[in-house]
Amino acid sequence: MSTAAPTSGPTSGPTSGPTSGPSSTRAAARRRRGPVRWLADHLVLVLGLLVLLYMSVPVLVVMLMSFNDPASRNSYSFDGFTTGNWTDICGPYQLCESLVRSLQIGLLATAAATLLGTLMAFAMVRHRFRGRSAANLLIFLPMATPEVVMGSSLLALFVNAGAAGFLGFWTIWIAHVLFCLSFVVVTVKARLAGLDPRLEQAAMDLYANEWQTFWRVSFPLVFPGILAAALLSFSLSFDDFIITNLNAGQEVTFPMFVWGAAQRGIPPQINVVGTIMFLVAMTVVLVGELGSRRRAGR
Amino acid sequence: MSTRRGLSGYLLLLPGGVWLALFFVVPTVTLVATSLYDPSGSLQLGYQMTGHVQNYADSLQAYSPQLVRSFVYAGTATVACMLLGFPLAYAIAFKAGRWKNLMLVAVIAPFFTSFLVRTLSWQYILGDNEPLVSFLRTIQVLGPEGHLLATPFAVVTGLTYNFLPFMVLPLYASLEKIDHRVLEAAADLYASPFTAFRTVTLRLAMPGLVAGTLLTFIPSAGDYINSELLGNPRTRMVGNEIQDLFAAGDYPTASALSVTLMAAIVVLVFVYVRRAGTEELL
Repeated sequence: MSTAAPTSGPTSGPTSGPTSGPSSTRAAARRRRGPVRWLADHLVLVLGLLVLLYMSVPVLVVMLMSFNDPASRNSYSFDGFTTGNWTDICGPYQLCESLVRSLQIGLLATAAATLLGTLMAFAMVRHRFRGRSAANLLIFLPMATPEVVMGSSLLALFVNAGAAGFLGFWTIWIAHVLFCLSFVVVTVKARLAGLDPRLEQAAMDLYANEWQTFWRVSFPLVFPGILAAALLSFSLSFDDFIITNLNAGQEVTFPMFVWGAAQRGIPPQINVVGTIMFLVAMTVVLVGELGSRRRAGR
Repeated sequence: MSTRRGLSGYLLLLPGGVWLALFFVVPTVTLVATSLYDPSGSLQLGYQMTGHVQNYADSLQAYSPQLVRSFVYAGTATVACMLLGFPLAYAIAFKAGRWKNLMLVAVIAPFFTSFLVRTLSWQYILGDNEPLVSFLRTIQVLGPEGHLLATPFAVVTGLTYNFLPFMVLPLYASLEKIDHRVLEAAADLYASPFTAFRTVTLRLAMPGLVAGTLLTFIPSAGDYINSELLGNPRTRMVGNEIQDLFAAGDYPTASALSVTLMAAIVVLVFVYVRRAGTEELL
Protein backbone atom coordinates (compact mmCIF):
# COMPACT_ATOMS: atom_id res chain seq x y z
CA MET A 1 0.00 0.00 0.00
CA SER A 2 2.80 2.37 0.91
CA THR A 3 3.56 3.47 -2.62
CA ALA A 4 0.01 3.36 -3.87
CA ALA A 5 -1.40 5.58 -1.15
CA PRO A 6 0.57 8.80 -1.63
CA THR A 7 0.46 8.72 -5.40
CA SER A 8 -3.22 8.07 -5.77
CA GLY A 9 -4.20 9.93 -2.62
CA PRO A 10 -4.41 13.46 -3.93
CA THR A 11 -6.53 12.39 -6.86
CA SER A 12 -9.35 11.13 -4.71
CA GLY A 13 -10.67 14.60 -4.01
CA PRO A 14 -13.43 16.15 -6.07
CA THR A 15 -12.43 16.99 -9.58
CA SER A 16 -15.56 18.78 -10.56
CA GLY A 17 -14.11 22.23 -9.94
CA PRO A 18 -14.87 25.08 -7.57
CA THR A 19 -18.63 24.65 -7.67
CA SER A 20 -18.48 21.58 -5.47
CA GLY A 21 -17.10 23.46 -2.46
CA PRO A 22 -19.09 26.11 -0.67
CA SER A 23 -16.07 28.11 0.44
CA SER A 24 -13.99 30.14 -1.96
CA THR A 25 -10.90 29.84 0.24
CA ARG A 26 -10.82 26.15 -0.44
CA ALA A 27 -11.33 26.74 -4.12
CA ALA A 28 -8.31 29.00 -3.97
CA ALA A 29 -6.36 26.35 -2.10
CA ARG A 30 -7.35 23.91 -4.77
CA ARG A 31 -6.09 26.22 -7.48
CA ARG A 32 -2.84 26.66 -5.63
CA ARG A 33 -2.39 22.93 -5.55
CA GLY A 34 -3.14 22.85 -9.26
CA PRO A 35 0.17 21.64 -10.68
CA VAL A 36 0.53 19.07 -7.92
CA ARG A 37 -2.97 17.82 -8.55
CA TRP A 38 -2.40 17.72 -12.30
CA LEU A 39 0.75 15.69 -11.81
CA ALA A 40 -0.91 13.37 -9.30
CA ASP A 41 -3.90 12.85 -11.58
CA HIS A 42 -1.74 11.94 -14.46
CA LEU A 43 0.74 10.01 -12.36
CA VAL A 44 -1.93 7.45 -11.47
CA LEU A 45 -2.89 7.10 -15.09
CA VAL A 46 0.75 6.75 -16.12
CA LEU A 47 1.36 4.18 -13.37
CA GLY A 48 -1.73 2.27 -14.47
CA LEU A 49 -0.60 2.28 -18.08
CA LEU A 50 2.87 1.09 -17.03
CA VAL A 51 1.29 -1.84 -15.17
CA LEU A 52 -0.76 -2.63 -18.29
CA LEU A 53 2.44 -2.53 -20.31
CA TYR A 54 4.06 -4.96 -17.88
CA MET A 55 1.06 -7.24 -18.29
CA SER A 56 1.25 -7.19 -22.06
CA VAL A 57 5.01 -7.78 -22.44
CA PRO A 58 4.79 -11.60 -22.21
CA VAL A 59 2.03 -11.65 -24.83
CA LEU A 60 4.13 -9.54 -27.16
CA VAL A 61 7.06 -11.89 -26.55
CA VAL A 62 4.84 -14.89 -27.40
CA MET A 63 3.83 -13.18 -30.66
CA LEU A 64 7.44 -12.33 -31.50
CA MET A 65 8.66 -15.84 -30.70
CA SER A 66 6.01 -17.34 -32.99
CA PHE A 67 8.20 -16.04 -35.83
CA ASN A 68 11.42 -17.36 -34.31
CA ASP A 69 13.68 -19.69 -36.23
CA PRO A 70 15.57 -21.29 -33.34
CA ALA A 71 19.15 -22.42 -33.93
CA SER A 72 18.74 -25.46 -31.68
CA ARG A 73 16.12 -27.26 -29.63
CA ASN A 74 17.17 -25.60 -26.42
CA SER A 75 17.61 -22.12 -27.83
CA TYR A 76 15.65 -19.48 -25.94
CA SER A 77 16.90 -16.55 -28.00
CA PHE A 78 15.49 -15.04 -31.17
CA ASP A 79 17.79 -16.54 -33.78
CA GLY A 80 16.08 -15.59 -37.02
CA PHE A 81 12.79 -14.63 -38.62
CA THR A 82 10.59 -17.21 -40.27
CA THR A 83 6.94 -17.72 -41.04
CA GLY A 84 7.54 -21.45 -41.18
CA ASN A 85 6.05 -22.07 -37.73
CA TRP A 86 2.75 -20.62 -38.90
CA THR A 87 2.57 -22.90 -41.94
CA ASP A 88 3.69 -25.97 -40.01
CA ILE A 89 1.74 -25.80 -36.76
CA CYS A 90 1.26 -29.55 -36.57
CA GLY A 91 4.96 -30.22 -37.15
CA PRO A 92 5.93 -31.16 -33.60
CA TYR A 93 4.85 -34.69 -32.70
CA GLN A 94 1.48 -34.78 -30.88
CA LEU A 95 0.98 -31.00 -30.80
CA CYS A 96 -2.18 -30.98 -32.89
CA GLU A 97 -3.47 -34.20 -31.31
CA SER A 98 -3.19 -32.51 -27.90
CA LEU A 99 -4.92 -29.38 -29.24
CA VAL A 100 -7.82 -31.44 -30.57
CA ARG A 101 -8.04 -33.26 -27.23
CA SER A 102 -8.16 -29.94 -25.35
CA LEU A 103 -10.85 -28.62 -27.70
CA GLN A 104 -12.98 -31.76 -27.24
CA ILE A 105 -12.67 -31.72 -23.46
CA GLY A 106 -13.23 -27.95 -23.38
CA LEU A 107 -16.45 -28.17 -25.42
CA LEU A 108 -17.89 -31.13 -23.50
CA ALA A 109 -16.95 -29.67 -20.10
CA THR A 110 -18.38 -26.27 -21.08
CA ALA A 111 -21.66 -27.84 -22.20
CA ALA A 112 -22.12 -29.79 -18.97
CA ALA A 113 -20.90 -27.07 -16.60
CA THR A 114 -23.00 -24.37 -18.28
CA LEU A 115 -26.15 -26.50 -18.15
CA LEU A 116 -25.74 -27.60 -14.52
CA GLY A 117 -24.48 -24.20 -13.37
CA THR A 118 -27.31 -22.25 -15.02
CA LEU A 119 -29.92 -24.46 -13.36
CA MET A 120 -28.20 -23.91 -10.01
CA ALA A 121 -28.05 -20.15 -10.53
CA PHE A 122 -31.81 -20.04 -11.24
CA ALA A 123 -32.43 -22.08 -8.11
CA MET A 124 -30.28 -19.77 -5.98
CA VAL A 125 -31.73 -16.48 -7.25
CA ARG A 126 -35.36 -17.30 -8.06
CA HIS A 127 -36.23 -19.83 -5.37
CA ARG A 128 -36.43 -19.85 -1.60
CA PHE A 129 -35.62 -23.12 0.13
CA ARG A 130 -34.03 -24.56 3.22
CA GLY A 131 -30.29 -25.14 3.05
CA ARG A 132 -29.59 -22.16 0.80
CA SER A 133 -26.55 -21.08 2.77
CA ALA A 134 -25.18 -24.63 2.74
CA ALA A 135 -25.67 -24.67 -1.04
CA ASN A 136 -23.91 -21.31 -1.30
CA LEU A 137 -20.94 -22.64 0.66
CA LEU A 138 -20.80 -25.77 -1.49
CA ILE A 139 -20.67 -23.60 -4.61
CA PHE A 140 -18.10 -21.19 -3.15
CA LEU A 141 -15.63 -23.72 -1.72
CA PRO A 142 -14.29 -25.22 -4.96
CA MET A 143 -13.21 -21.73 -6.04
CA ALA A 144 -11.32 -21.29 -2.77
CA THR A 145 -9.51 -24.61 -3.03
CA PRO A 146 -5.99 -24.55 -4.50
CA GLU A 147 -5.89 -26.49 -7.74
CA VAL A 148 -3.34 -28.96 -6.48
CA VAL A 149 -5.57 -29.86 -3.52
CA MET A 150 -8.66 -30.25 -5.71
CA GLY A 151 -6.73 -32.30 -8.25
CA SER A 152 -5.16 -34.53 -5.63
CA SER A 153 -8.45 -35.17 -3.84
CA LEU A 154 -10.09 -36.23 -7.10
CA LEU A 155 -7.14 -38.49 -7.80
CA ALA A 156 -7.45 -39.95 -4.30
CA LEU A 157 -11.11 -40.67 -5.05
CA PHE A 158 -10.42 -42.31 -8.42
CA VAL A 159 -7.62 -44.41 -6.99
CA ASN A 160 -9.69 -45.52 -4.02
CA ALA A 161 -12.60 -46.35 -6.30
CA GLY A 162 -10.25 -48.69 -8.17
CA ALA A 163 -10.37 -46.47 -11.27
CA ALA A 164 -6.65 -45.75 -11.44
CA GLY A 165 -6.51 -47.69 -14.70
CA PHE A 166 -9.32 -45.61 -16.23
CA LEU A 167 -7.65 -42.23 -15.81
CA GLY A 168 -7.91 -40.35 -19.06
CA PHE A 169 -10.40 -38.43 -21.15
CA TRP A 170 -13.45 -38.90 -18.93
CA THR A 171 -11.71 -38.31 -15.60
CA ILE A 172 -10.31 -35.06 -17.04
CA TRP A 173 -13.82 -34.18 -18.18
CA ILE A 174 -15.29 -34.83 -14.71
CA ALA A 175 -12.62 -32.64 -13.13
CA HIS A 176 -13.12 -29.81 -15.63
CA VAL A 177 -16.91 -29.77 -15.21
CA LEU A 178 -16.29 -29.60 -11.46
CA PHE A 179 -14.04 -26.57 -11.42
CA CYS A 180 -15.99 -24.71 -14.12
CA LEU A 181 -19.32 -25.27 -12.36
CA SER A 182 -18.83 -22.74 -9.55
CA PHE A 183 -17.66 -20.04 -11.96
CA VAL A 184 -20.75 -20.61 -14.13
CA VAL A 185 -23.07 -20.31 -11.12
CA VAL A 186 -21.42 -17.07 -9.98
CA THR A 187 -21.46 -15.52 -13.47
CA VAL A 188 -25.07 -16.42 -14.30
CA LYS A 189 -26.20 -15.46 -10.78
CA ALA A 190 -24.74 -11.99 -11.23
CA ARG A 191 -26.69 -11.49 -14.46
CA LEU A 192 -29.89 -12.97 -13.03
CA ALA A 193 -29.71 -10.86 -9.86
CA GLY A 194 -29.58 -7.73 -12.03
CA LEU A 195 -32.85 -8.60 -13.80
CA ASP A 196 -36.14 -7.13 -12.72
CA PRO A 197 -38.30 -10.07 -11.51
CA ARG A 198 -41.37 -8.06 -12.49
CA LEU A 199 -40.66 -8.88 -16.13
CA GLU A 200 -41.35 -12.52 -15.34
CA GLN A 201 -44.42 -11.59 -13.27
CA ALA A 202 -45.72 -9.58 -16.19
CA ALA A 203 -45.36 -12.58 -18.48
CA MET A 204 -47.27 -14.74 -15.99
CA ASP A 205 -49.98 -12.08 -15.71
CA LEU A 206 -50.32 -12.27 -19.48
CA TYR A 207 -51.11 -15.98 -19.12
CA ALA A 208 -47.71 -17.36 -20.07
CA ASN A 209 -47.08 -20.62 -18.24
CA GLU A 210 -43.77 -21.24 -16.43
CA TRP A 211 -42.25 -22.90 -19.46
CA GLN A 212 -43.18 -20.06 -21.82
CA THR A 213 -42.07 -17.46 -19.29
CA PHE A 214 -38.70 -19.14 -19.07
CA TRP A 215 -38.06 -19.54 -22.81
CA ARG A 216 -39.63 -16.28 -23.98
CA VAL A 217 -38.59 -13.93 -21.17
CA SER A 218 -36.06 -15.19 -18.63
CA PHE A 219 -33.76 -17.12 -20.92
CA PRO A 220 -33.24 -14.42 -23.58
CA LEU A 221 -32.54 -11.86 -20.86
CA VAL A 222 -30.08 -14.09 -19.01
CA PHE A 223 -28.48 -15.36 -22.21
CA PRO A 224 -25.54 -12.88 -22.24
CA GLY A 225 -24.63 -14.10 -18.74
CA ILE A 226 -24.86 -17.72 -19.84
CA LEU A 227 -22.71 -16.98 -22.88
CA ALA A 228 -20.10 -15.24 -20.73
CA ALA A 229 -20.13 -18.21 -18.33
CA ALA A 230 -19.66 -20.63 -21.23
CA LEU A 231 -16.71 -18.65 -22.62
CA LEU A 232 -15.17 -18.48 -19.17
CA SER A 233 -15.64 -22.25 -18.71
CA PHE A 234 -14.07 -23.00 -22.03
CA SER A 235 -11.01 -20.87 -21.36
CA LEU A 236 -10.62 -22.29 -17.84
CA SER A 237 -10.85 -25.82 -19.18
CA PHE A 238 -8.60 -25.19 -22.16
CA ASP A 239 -5.95 -23.60 -19.95
CA ASP A 240 -5.93 -25.93 -16.97
CA PHE A 241 -2.78 -27.84 -16.24
CA ILE A 242 -2.49 -28.71 -12.54
CA ILE A 243 -5.79 -30.58 -12.03
CA THR A 244 -5.60 -32.14 -15.49
CA ASN A 245 -2.07 -33.41 -14.99
CA LEU A 246 -3.06 -35.22 -11.80
CA ASN A 247 -6.08 -36.93 -13.38
CA ALA A 248 -4.98 -37.48 -16.97
CA GLY A 249 -3.37 -40.92 -16.93
CA GLN A 250 -1.84 -41.28 -20.40
CA GLU A 251 -4.00 -38.62 -22.04
CA VAL A 252 -2.18 -35.47 -23.26
CA THR A 253 -3.95 -32.10 -23.43
CA PHE A 254 -2.39 -28.96 -24.91
CA PRO A 255 -1.14 -27.55 -21.56
CA MET A 256 0.35 -30.97 -20.80
CA PHE A 257 2.05 -30.97 -24.18
CA VAL A 258 3.55 -27.56 -23.40
CA TRP A 259 4.69 -28.81 -20.00
CA GLY A 260 6.37 -31.83 -21.54
CA ALA A 261 7.94 -29.68 -24.25
CA ALA A 262 9.31 -27.30 -21.61
CA GLN A 263 11.49 -30.12 -20.33
CA ARG A 264 12.74 -31.15 -23.79
CA GLY A 265 13.07 -27.83 -25.59
CA ILE A 266 10.12 -25.74 -26.69
CA PRO A 267 9.04 -25.89 -30.33
CA PRO A 268 8.21 -22.34 -31.56
CA GLN A 269 4.85 -23.63 -32.79
CA ILE A 270 3.66 -23.41 -29.19
CA ASN A 271 3.92 -19.64 -29.50
CA VAL A 272 1.92 -19.78 -32.73
CA VAL A 273 -0.88 -21.57 -30.90
CA GLY A 274 -0.66 -19.01 -28.06
CA THR A 275 -0.92 -16.16 -30.55
CA ILE A 276 -3.85 -17.74 -32.39
CA MET A 277 -5.70 -18.32 -29.11
CA PHE A 278 -5.13 -14.68 -28.20
CA LEU A 279 -6.37 -13.43 -31.59
CA VAL A 280 -9.45 -15.68 -31.57
CA ALA A 281 -10.39 -14.61 -28.03
CA MET A 282 -9.89 -10.92 -28.84
CA THR A 283 -12.08 -11.30 -31.91
CA VAL A 284 -14.82 -12.90 -29.81
CA VAL A 285 -14.57 -10.09 -27.23
CA LEU A 286 -14.62 -7.32 -29.84
CA VAL A 287 -17.53 -8.86 -31.76
CA GLY A 288 -19.42 -9.20 -28.48
CA GLU A 289 -18.67 -5.60 -27.57
CA LEU A 290 -19.79 -4.32 -30.97
CA GLY A 291 -22.88 -6.50 -30.81
CA SER A 292 -23.93 -5.15 -27.43
CA ARG A 293 -23.31 -1.57 -28.59
CA ARG A 294 -25.49 -2.14 -31.64
CA ARG A 295 -28.26 -3.67 -29.52
CA ALA A 296 -28.02 -0.71 -27.18
CA GLY A 297 -28.82 1.42 -30.23
CA ARG A 298 -25.64 3.44 -30.23
CA MET B 1 -41.06 -11.04 -4.49
CA SER B 2 -40.90 -13.49 -7.31
CA THR B 3 -38.81 -15.96 -5.38
CA ARG B 4 -40.79 -19.16 -5.19
CA ARG B 5 -41.04 -21.80 -2.53
CA GLY B 6 -41.50 -25.48 -3.14
CA LEU B 7 -39.70 -28.36 -4.70
CA SER B 8 -38.59 -26.82 -8.00
CA GLY B 9 -35.68 -25.04 -6.31
CA TYR B 10 -34.30 -28.37 -5.13
CA LEU B 11 -34.88 -29.95 -8.54
CA LEU B 12 -32.88 -27.20 -10.25
CA LEU B 13 -30.13 -27.56 -7.71
CA LEU B 14 -30.01 -31.33 -7.82
CA PRO B 15 -27.83 -32.18 -10.86
CA GLY B 16 -25.10 -29.66 -10.06
CA GLY B 17 -25.35 -30.41 -6.35
CA VAL B 18 -24.88 -34.13 -7.00
CA TRP B 19 -21.83 -33.32 -9.11
CA LEU B 20 -20.31 -31.16 -6.38
CA ALA B 21 -21.10 -33.75 -3.71
CA LEU B 22 -19.73 -36.68 -5.73
CA PHE B 23 -16.62 -34.99 -7.09
CA PHE B 24 -15.82 -32.36 -4.48
CA VAL B 25 -17.14 -33.41 -1.06
CA VAL B 26 -16.51 -37.15 -1.39
CA PRO B 27 -12.98 -36.61 -2.80
CA THR B 28 -12.12 -34.25 0.04
CA VAL B 29 -13.19 -36.90 2.54
CA THR B 30 -11.24 -39.50 0.56
CA LEU B 31 -8.18 -37.26 0.57
CA VAL B 32 -8.29 -37.02 4.36
CA ALA B 33 -8.80 -40.80 4.58
CA THR B 34 -5.90 -41.44 2.20
CA SER B 35 -3.67 -39.22 4.31
CA LEU B 36 -4.22 -41.69 7.18
CA TYR B 37 -3.44 -44.87 5.21
CA ASP B 38 -0.51 -47.00 6.12
CA PRO B 39 2.36 -45.75 3.93
CA SER B 40 3.70 -49.27 3.40
CA GLY B 41 0.89 -49.99 0.92
CA SER B 42 1.03 -49.28 -2.79
CA LEU B 43 -1.29 -48.82 -5.72
CA GLN B 44 -0.83 -52.46 -6.74
CA LEU B 45 -1.14 -54.02 -3.28
CA GLY B 46 -3.76 -51.63 -1.96
CA TYR B 47 -3.66 -49.57 1.20
CA GLN B 48 -4.50 -50.37 4.80
CA MET B 49 -6.54 -47.85 6.75
CA THR B 50 -4.65 -47.76 10.02
CA GLY B 51 -5.26 -44.17 11.12
CA HIS B 52 -1.59 -43.50 10.51
CA VAL B 53 -1.38 -39.92 11.84
CA GLN B 54 2.38 -40.24 11.60
CA ASN B 55 2.06 -39.35 7.87
CA TYR B 56 1.47 -35.76 8.90
CA ALA B 57 4.53 -35.58 11.13
CA ASP B 58 6.64 -37.28 8.46
CA SER B 59 5.50 -35.04 5.63
CA LEU B 60 5.91 -31.92 7.76
CA GLN B 61 9.38 -32.94 8.76
CA ALA B 62 10.38 -33.61 5.19
CA TYR B 63 8.60 -30.72 3.47
CA SER B 64 8.13 -27.86 5.93
CA PRO B 65 10.71 -25.70 4.09
CA GLN B 66 8.66 -26.01 0.89
CA LEU B 67 5.45 -25.33 2.81
CA VAL B 68 6.86 -22.20 4.42
CA ARG B 69 8.35 -21.11 1.10
CA SER B 70 4.96 -21.45 -0.61
CA PHE B 71 3.37 -19.06 1.87
CA VAL B 72 6.27 -16.60 1.74
CA TYR B 73 6.24 -16.54 -2.08
CA ALA B 74 2.45 -16.36 -2.27
CA GLY B 75 2.39 -13.58 0.35
CA THR B 76 5.09 -11.58 -1.45
CA ALA B 77 3.31 -12.02 -4.78
CA THR B 78 0.02 -10.93 -3.21
CA VAL B 79 1.58 -7.75 -1.80
CA ALA B 80 3.22 -7.08 -5.18
CA CYS B 81 -0.17 -7.59 -6.86
CA MET B 82 -1.69 -5.02 -4.48
CA LEU B 83 1.04 -2.48 -5.22
CA LEU B 84 0.71 -2.97 -8.98
CA GLY B 85 -3.01 -3.64 -9.05
CA PHE B 86 -4.25 -0.71 -6.98
CA PRO B 87 -2.95 2.11 -9.24
CA LEU B 88 -4.19 0.20 -12.29
CA ALA B 89 -7.66 -0.47 -10.85
CA TYR B 90 -7.81 3.14 -9.63
CA ALA B 91 -6.79 4.51 -13.02
CA ILE B 92 -9.41 2.37 -14.79
CA ALA B 93 -12.19 3.29 -12.36
CA PHE B 94 -11.51 7.03 -12.06
CA LYS B 95 -9.15 8.21 -14.80
CA ALA B 96 -9.81 6.14 -17.89
CA GLY B 97 -12.94 7.92 -19.08
CA ARG B 98 -14.11 6.47 -22.37
CA TRP B 99 -11.07 4.17 -22.49
CA LYS B 100 -12.44 2.20 -19.52
CA ASN B 101 -13.69 -0.81 -21.48
CA LEU B 102 -10.55 -0.97 -23.56
CA MET B 103 -8.35 -0.97 -20.46
CA LEU B 104 -10.48 -3.69 -18.87
CA VAL B 105 -10.08 -5.83 -21.98
CA ALA B 106 -6.32 -5.18 -21.81
CA VAL B 107 -6.32 -6.53 -18.24
CA ILE B 108 -7.92 -9.84 -19.18
CA ALA B 109 -6.37 -10.12 -22.65
CA PRO B 110 -3.17 -11.88 -21.49
CA PHE B 111 -5.42 -14.59 -20.03
CA PHE B 112 -6.18 -15.74 -23.52
CA THR B 113 -2.74 -16.95 -24.40
CA SER B 114 -2.23 -20.13 -22.44
CA PHE B 115 -1.01 -19.82 -18.82
CA LEU B 116 1.93 -22.12 -19.55
CA VAL B 117 2.90 -20.38 -22.78
CA ARG B 118 2.91 -17.00 -21.01
CA THR B 119 4.99 -18.36 -18.14
CA LEU B 120 7.44 -19.81 -20.63
CA SER B 121 7.82 -16.38 -22.23
CA TRP B 122 9.11 -15.16 -18.85
CA GLN B 123 11.94 -17.66 -19.26
CA TYR B 124 12.88 -15.64 -22.30
CA ILE B 125 12.33 -12.19 -20.74
CA LEU B 126 14.38 -13.00 -17.64
CA GLY B 127 16.99 -15.07 -19.51
CA ASP B 128 20.70 -14.43 -18.97
CA ASN B 129 21.43 -13.39 -22.56
CA GLU B 130 18.39 -11.18 -22.98
CA PRO B 131 18.17 -7.36 -22.95
CA LEU B 132 16.72 -7.07 -19.42
CA VAL B 133 19.60 -8.84 -17.68
CA SER B 134 22.20 -7.07 -19.84
CA PHE B 135 20.63 -3.73 -19.00
CA LEU B 136 20.50 -4.46 -15.27
CA ARG B 137 24.13 -5.57 -15.36
CA THR B 138 25.12 -2.39 -17.19
CA ILE B 139 23.49 -0.13 -14.63
CA GLN B 140 24.97 -2.35 -11.93
CA VAL B 141 21.69 -3.36 -10.32
CA LEU B 142 22.89 -6.89 -11.01
CA GLY B 143 26.51 -7.95 -10.65
CA PRO B 144 28.36 -9.11 -13.79
CA GLU B 145 27.43 -12.69 -12.87
CA GLY B 146 23.95 -11.79 -11.63
CA HIS B 147 20.92 -13.78 -12.76
CA LEU B 148 17.19 -13.27 -12.70
CA LEU B 149 16.04 -16.64 -13.99
CA ALA B 150 16.13 -19.59 -11.57
CA THR B 151 15.93 -17.29 -8.55
CA PRO B 152 13.15 -16.64 -6.01
CA PHE B 153 12.72 -13.27 -7.74
CA ALA B 154 11.76 -14.99 -10.99
CA VAL B 155 9.24 -17.26 -9.25
CA VAL B 156 7.59 -14.36 -7.42
CA THR B 157 7.56 -12.32 -10.65
CA GLY B 158 5.81 -15.16 -12.43
CA LEU B 159 3.25 -15.57 -9.64
CA THR B 160 2.63 -11.81 -9.52
CA TYR B 161 2.17 -11.63 -13.26
CA ASN B 162 -0.10 -14.65 -13.53
CA PHE B 163 -2.46 -13.68 -10.71
CA LEU B 164 -2.48 -9.87 -11.11
CA PRO B 165 -5.82 -9.80 -13.01
CA PHE B 166 -7.45 -11.57 -10.05
CA MET B 167 -6.43 -8.57 -7.92
CA VAL B 168 -7.28 -5.86 -10.43
CA LEU B 169 -10.80 -6.98 -11.34
CA PRO B 170 -12.36 -7.16 -7.83
CA LEU B 171 -10.54 -3.96 -6.82
CA TYR B 172 -11.92 -2.23 -9.89
CA ALA B 173 -15.42 -3.52 -9.13
CA SER B 174 -15.23 -1.99 -5.62
CA LEU B 175 -13.69 1.32 -6.70
CA GLU B 176 -16.18 1.67 -9.54
CA LYS B 177 -19.10 1.58 -7.09
CA ILE B 178 -17.79 4.49 -5.00
CA ASP B 179 -20.11 7.49 -5.15
CA HIS B 180 -18.02 10.54 -6.04
CA ARG B 181 -20.26 12.71 -3.89
CA VAL B 182 -18.87 10.94 -0.81
CA LEU B 183 -15.39 12.14 -1.77
CA GLU B 184 -16.67 15.64 -2.40
CA ALA B 185 -18.30 15.55 1.02
CA ALA B 186 -14.96 14.53 2.55
CA ALA B 187 -13.26 17.47 0.84
CA ASP B 188 -16.02 19.83 2.01
CA LEU B 189 -15.39 18.64 5.54
CA TYR B 190 -11.77 19.72 5.19
CA ALA B 191 -10.27 16.29 4.70
CA SER B 192 -6.97 16.56 2.89
CA PRO B 193 -6.85 14.49 -0.28
CA PHE B 194 -4.67 11.98 1.51
CA THR B 195 -7.05 11.71 4.49
CA ALA B 196 -9.98 11.37 2.11
CA PHE B 197 -8.16 8.61 0.29
CA ARG B 198 -7.28 6.79 3.49
CA THR B 199 -10.61 7.13 5.27
CA VAL B 200 -13.02 7.01 2.35
CA THR B 201 -11.61 5.49 -0.83
CA LEU B 202 -9.51 2.82 0.82
CA ARG B 203 -12.27 1.95 3.29
CA LEU B 204 -14.83 1.55 0.53
CA ALA B 205 -12.38 -0.44 -1.58
CA MET B 206 -11.81 -2.97 1.23
CA PRO B 207 -14.24 -5.66 -0.02
CA GLY B 208 -12.47 -5.64 -3.38
CA LEU B 209 -9.07 -5.68 -1.73
CA VAL B 210 -10.03 -8.62 0.49
CA ALA B 211 -11.52 -10.57 -2.42
CA GLY B 212 -8.48 -9.76 -4.57
CA THR B 213 -6.09 -10.86 -1.84
CA LEU B 214 -7.84 -14.22 -1.49
CA LEU B 215 -8.03 -14.71 -5.25
CA THR B 216 -4.29 -14.11 -5.63
CA PHE B 217 -3.00 -15.70 -2.43
CA ILE B 218 -4.88 -19.02 -2.52
CA PRO B 219 -4.04 -20.09 -6.06
CA SER B 220 -0.45 -18.86 -5.86
CA ALA B 221 0.16 -20.80 -2.63
CA GLY B 222 -0.82 -24.00 -4.41
CA ASP B 223 0.80 -23.19 -7.75
CA TYR B 224 3.89 -25.06 -8.85
CA ILE B 225 4.09 -24.10 -12.51
CA ASN B 226 5.98 -20.86 -11.85
CA SER B 227 8.47 -22.41 -9.48
CA GLU B 228 9.06 -25.30 -11.87
CA LEU B 229 9.53 -23.20 -15.00
CA LEU B 230 11.17 -20.08 -13.55
CA GLY B 231 12.86 -21.38 -10.40
CA ASN B 232 15.50 -23.89 -9.42
CA PRO B 233 15.54 -26.87 -7.04
CA ARG B 234 15.94 -24.48 -4.13
CA THR B 235 12.74 -22.58 -4.98
CA ARG B 236 10.45 -25.61 -4.94
CA MET B 237 7.02 -24.98 -3.47
CA VAL B 238 4.68 -27.39 -1.74
CA GLY B 239 2.69 -27.94 -4.96
CA ASN B 240 5.81 -29.35 -6.66
CA GLU B 241 6.21 -31.87 -3.87
CA ILE B 242 2.55 -32.89 -3.82
CA GLN B 243 2.59 -33.41 -7.58
CA ASP B 244 5.83 -35.41 -7.47
CA LEU B 245 4.71 -37.54 -4.54
CA PHE B 246 1.49 -38.44 -6.38
CA ALA B 247 3.45 -39.16 -9.55
CA ALA B 248 5.78 -41.41 -7.54
CA GLY B 249 2.77 -43.26 -6.11
CA ASP B 250 3.26 -42.22 -2.48
CA TYR B 251 -0.42 -41.42 -1.98
CA PRO B 252 -0.53 -41.26 1.85
CA THR B 253 2.32 -38.72 2.17
CA ALA B 254 1.05 -36.69 -0.80
CA SER B 255 -2.45 -36.58 0.67
CA ALA B 256 -1.16 -35.59 4.12
CA LEU B 257 0.80 -32.72 2.56
CA SER B 258 -2.24 -31.66 0.50
CA VAL B 259 -4.51 -31.67 3.56
CA THR B 260 -1.89 -29.66 5.51
CA LEU B 261 -1.74 -27.06 2.73
CA MET B 262 -5.51 -26.72 2.67
CA ALA B 263 -5.74 -26.51 6.46
CA ALA B 264 -3.05 -23.83 6.62
CA ILE B 265 -4.84 -21.81 3.93
CA VAL B 266 -8.20 -22.11 5.69
CA VAL B 267 -6.67 -20.88 8.96
CA LEU B 268 -4.83 -17.99 7.29
CA VAL B 269 -7.90 -16.94 5.30
CA PHE B 270 -10.10 -17.09 8.39
CA VAL B 271 -7.72 -14.93 10.44
CA TYR B 272 -7.25 -12.51 7.56
CA VAL B 273 -10.96 -12.09 6.83
CA ARG B 274 -11.61 -11.54 10.56
CA ARG B 275 -8.94 -8.88 10.79
CA ALA B 276 -9.89 -7.19 7.53
CA GLY B 277 -13.37 -6.85 8.97
CA THR B 278 -15.45 -7.79 5.95
CA GLU B 279 -17.21 -10.81 7.35
CA GLU B 280 -19.99 -10.77 4.80
CA LEU B 281 -17.50 -12.43 2.45
CA LEU B 282 -17.56 -15.78 4.23
